Amino acid sequence: MNAPSTALAPIDPQLWSPGEPPHLMGGKLPSGEIVFPMPQGDAANDVEPHKLARQGTLWSWTSQDFLPKDPYEGPGSGENEGPPDFEPFLIGYVELPGQVIVESRIVDATLGDLKLGMPMEFCIVPFNRSHSTYAFRPVQQAEKSA
Amino acid sequence: MSENVYIIGAGIHPFGRTDGRSGREQGVYAVREALADAGLEWPDIECAYGGSAAAGSADIMVNELGLTSLPFTNVANGCATGGSALVSAQMAIASGMYDLALATGFDKHPRGAFNAKPSDYGLPEWYGQTGMMLTTQFFAMKIQRYMQLHGISRTTLGRVAEKAFRNGTKTPHAWRRSPIDLDTIMNAPMINDPLTKYMFCSPSEGGVALILASEKKAKELGALHNGGAVKIAKVAVKTRPPGSFEVFQAGVSVEEGGKPTVLASQAAFEGAGIGPDEIDVAQLQDTESGAEIMHMAENGFCKDGDQEEWLANGWSEHGGKLPINTDGGCIACGEPIGASGLRQVYENVEQLRGRAGERQVAGRDGNGPKTGYSHVYGAPGMSAVAILER
Repeated sequence: MNAPSTALAPIDPQLWSPGEPPHLMGGKLPSGEIVFPMPQGDAANDVEPHKLARQGTLWSWTSQDFLPKDPYEGPGSGENEGPPDFEPFLIGYVELPGQVIVESRIVDATLGDLKLGMPMEFCIVPFNRSHSTYAFRPVQQAEKSA
Repeated sequence: MSENVYIIGAGIHPFGRTDGRSGREQGVYAVREALADAGLEWPDIECAYGGSAAAGSADIMVNELGLTSLPFTNVANGCATGGSALVSAQMAIASGMYDLALATGFDKHPRGAFNAKPSDYGLPEWYGQTGMMLTTQFFAMKIQRYMQLHGISRTTLGRVAEKAFRNGTKTPHAWRRSPIDLDTIMNAPMINDPLTKYMFCSPSEGGVALILASEKKAKELGALHNGGAVKIAKVAVKTRPPGSFEVFQAGVSVEEGGKPTVLASQAAFEGAGIGPDEIDVAQLQDTESGAEIMHMAENGFCKDGDQEEWLANGWSEHGGKLPINTDGGCIACGEPIGASGLRQVYENVEQLRGRAGERQVAGRDGNGPKTGYSHVYGAPGMSAVAILER
């Protein structure tokens, strides 16, 4: 997880904002409600792109312990790869106060570290050989490694 | 316009894996069983509703059943396919247009977790590419939060699965028919924390058919007097309200909203004119152990957190105050999507008619259950509830 995030192309160019620091992109509905992700196509009419907060609190979580089927493109999904190449990962929901609760990868933590309501911080992480994706990590952990 | 509607025939093709028999053939098998049960022939059926998620169109069944020119509507509603077929058949008769209708569902899925396409659910491709397009993650994260908020233990999750396998041993149509002890369930490989391999149901195969009749027709056939008929007190289907938390949802509202199961349950109880304490047997969607626990509360059978006491005391066992998932549910039967919701109704029909054999529930007075409740939940956030009475 130490590769520079800029070396890899984002899994989707519109998922987070370019430049530093990056923000996950949501949308603001005419009602003022914030949604994630930013809607596409006709559903994006009248929806303003909206930068989401980089910090939030853990709302729920789980581990992904088996290789997902297609369309998964992470480790283990390649042509000559299989379950032994799969790297289990953590996933969860992070509440961005007053905005929206977003589903995300959780990094720099073990299952035992995770507690309801703990502070989490946005980051960009390597996903596979060609792409990066977004994640959240415990805030304390982020400060230690900085 | 709302005529009373009865279920007068019920048929099932055993769930599990049946090599060499297509999903639709399993459906046809179930229809023939239901016809024999009702003492009817295929040409007697006036209209039909049915579907599958992965085994083709139901209306093709006429090739095998007979070209009687009946209107046969395909239903494609994900996990609620069976529930929607039942509602459609019920409305066809309640409207007064027909006297005999078929509701059927069948399926045959490949092994392993379902793999849905993001675009089919209005989601961007990255959602699937990065490994979030998994129903199992949703169920794990919903119960993980629920456990933290309401003090549900991992042991209680294990007890739900243990009960399912125990009930499966008594059920001829179940897939998993051997008991699995609590330790084995708790120590099995983790699928998505806190849910282990034995706490999840698996995609499987099977078919179910129900024959619905108007009161006039049920009377004419003698079904009202020979114990062959069960009345549909109310069927309710609801899709998700604003602010709910559902499967395949990248963003959830910070304003906590309603739940489709709560809405469907309330509508069904209101329509049937009874309350949760008047239900004698219940089949609740148990895609995994956590779902059964949360659905006990969402359907009004207990308060959040009380499930801990329920499972420890065996209140949802066959001899308990409310037997739940008496045929082993999805955990023991597997989940052929198109057939699963109708299996729950089938089980209640058999229980109410006193034909459930070894797994027969005694009911309050020892003469069998008088009311049955079934609930199915599925993507992208919908619930169907059926209350039956005899």
